[in-house]
Amino acid sequence: MIDDNRLLDIRNLQVWYRVYGGYLKVLDGVNFHIDKGEKVGLVGETGCGKTTTMKAVLRVLPDRDTKIPGGEIRFQGEDILKMSGPELQRVRSQGIAMIFQDPTAALNPVFTIGQQIGDVIRFSLASRKSRRLEKTTIKSTAMQALKEVSLPDQERMLGNYPIQLSGGMRQRVCISMAITTPRQLLIADEPGTSLDVTIQDQILRLLRELVEKRGTSIILITHSLGVAREMTDRIYVMYAGSMVEVAQSADLFERPLHPYTLGLLGSVPKITGGGITKGIPGRIPDYLHPPSGCRFHPRCPQVLPECSAEKPSFFDLGNGHQVACFLYKRAQCRRQS
Amino acid sequence: MPQTILEIDQLKKYFHIGKNKRGAIFVRAVDGVSFTVDAGETFGLVGESGSGKSTLAYTVIGMYKPTAGQILYRGQSLGVEAGRRPLALKKELQIVFQDPGSSLNPRQTIRQILEVPLRLHRRELKKSELEQTVIELLQKVELSPDYMYKSPPSIGGGEKQMVGIARALAPNPSLILLDEPTSALDVSVQAKIISKLIELQAELNLTYLFITHDLSLMRNVATRIAIMYLGKICELASASEFFQHPMHPYTQMLLSSVPVVTADEERMKPKRVRSTGEIPSPVNIPPGCSFHSRCSEKSRPCTVDDPGFIEVSPGHLVRCHQFPTDTSAVFDEREILHRQEPGPVPFIAPLVDPFSGLVEGRTSDE
Repeated sequence: MIDDNRLLDIRNLQVWYRVYGGYLKVLDGVNFHIDKGEKVGLVGETGCGKTTTMKAVLRVLPDRDTKIPGGEIRFQGEDILKMSGPELQRVRSQGIAMIFQDPTAALNPVFTIGQQIGDVIRFSLASRKSRRLEKTTIKSTAMQALKEVSLPDQERMLGNYPIQLSGGMRQRVCISMAITTPRQLLIADEPGTSLDVTIQDQILRLLRELVEKRGTSIILITHSLGVAREMTDRIYVMYAGSMVEVAQSADLFERPLHPYTLGLLGSVPKITGGGITKGIPGRIPDYLHPPSGCRFHPRCPQVLPECSAEKPSFFDLGNGHQVACFLYKRAQCRRQS
Repeated sequence: MPQTILEIDQLKKYFHIGKNKRGAIFVRAVDGVSFTVDAGETFGLVGESGSGKSTLAYTVIGMYKPTAGQILYRGQSLGVEAGRRPLALKKELQIVFQDPGSSLNPRQTIRQILEVPLRLHRRELKKSELEQTVIELLQKVELSPDYMYKSPPSIGGGEKQMVGIARALAPNPSLILLDEPTSALDVSVQAKIISKLIELQAELNLTYLFITHDLSLMRNVATRIAIMYLGKICELASASEFFQHPMHPYTQMLLSSVPVVTADEERMKPKRVRSTGEIPSPVNIPPGCSFHSRCSEKSRPCTVDDPGFIEVSPGHLVRCHQFPTDTSAVFDEREILHRQEPGPVPFIAPLVDPFSGLVEGRTSDE
């Protein structure tokens, strides 16, 4: 089935990293998709493979030390993993843009903001029109982009170095670089995490307004369930290299199903009070020798005998709510009968 | 009547960063902070980065010498650097740092790390007893004894922070300063550490001064909360009062920015405040109320006068012009007296004033 509306479709993606003594089997069959105009959250804890997945999408993983034993990443129907250099450049310059977690590290400290935004514009527009761009065009496009992210005094801003700006302003510059030229998909990797809560609020609001205005799709990678709830339509929960649950945002918070999602939600402190739970016992598995079957089973409070033998696939519980856990196998069967 | 364990009175910490024509330039990191911490409570100090909350903790622990003001631990002055503090006082105050990765020496084993405070503060322990005490410390934070021989880089972030806590517990302190102990960790690990800290507090009768930027975490651990902005406290109240009746516009802005996960929480958030602007540089603190540049309720006096601390209801203090000043209800008279003075507040402690020629730190060319 070919769905015209589907923008990005990741199927059964596996990514391994080579280390001394073998491969770290980080991604263990990731299934993920996003439609046009959709806002999707990808939530998981440190080391669960969120960033690895998105780096695989942009093909920015180091070739020498990574192995992709299986899976496909279809962007508008074409498999990114099989693309040649020029095709890939087209995806990167016109299809997908990424906003990184740490704006200080994402900007080059020895070039001005104007030079860096100019590079992006030259890279993505020149290939399309196949002619040299006028300096004035670049400048006006850059100033327009800075204006859209509500940075004041754009003319002077172009001559500034990143060090002259605050963290929040740097992140705005990074966002402006991602939106200067039209893209179909934005990947925002923890865009507010390194910022204060009031600044994070401003940045997220700005991002939401921008994507809604332009109809761009956005994948928001975050470890904060609260941020995902406020920003997205649909949320994937990831644990140790595969998706464990996906649902509409409201549905996920009303009716979380997977034991990991439950543990994660219970660990979030609430402003209504009610104390703190004891968290999830154990720690994220060793990727060199990952647990058999469901990778969560050594930490799971409701473990079943089949969990260690077989990896559960997604069980569909209706309304797009899917969960990879044997506890819900019967629920799916009941629904189908 | 609970006993006061820590009293901070008009504490100031300025950092000298350079000179211009008008005189020396200072970063006013902590600019006249007063509060008390009662024995057995968890006092939460919340603020954005750059608000001076960590500087305050480091001044209390003795890493910095206060520029002015007093820190009293059970009535004894802590106004000197750690090097000149009596050992018996140092033993009572311990600190857990934010980043467990850089606060533990990667070349030492956990055993060596935990033995340092034991050798220093518990000299009565014989060499043979040291190992047993280290094991007991590890058990207190739910780590197995074989962690003794591991080194920090080989264990997880949450476990490292548990070692940091064990190190703080080693001298049997009564007050522990927690400087964002979980901000570098995931929520499931954070929950584990916080619940352990709460358990330890009850078991060992500890008092916490908990520094964080996470308001929802504070709701669940603190008994009283103070919000810091640009070196000053702008609101102080008990935890439940604080979340039910947030008064200061900055508090409301902070609360409405918190991302939440349930509909109940959504209802608790003050809706009307949109977060705007950024925290100004502490070198260039705006005149009057330091928050006026971002405030939605700003009126004329805000740009001129620094509001005093007003007690709006018992135990609930706010620094804002919206609330009518009633001199009888003012928290600290000294606050009012010194408010109008252009220079530094005169020393309360009998110390030599190193900043007698101090000029208000400004870099702008006004």
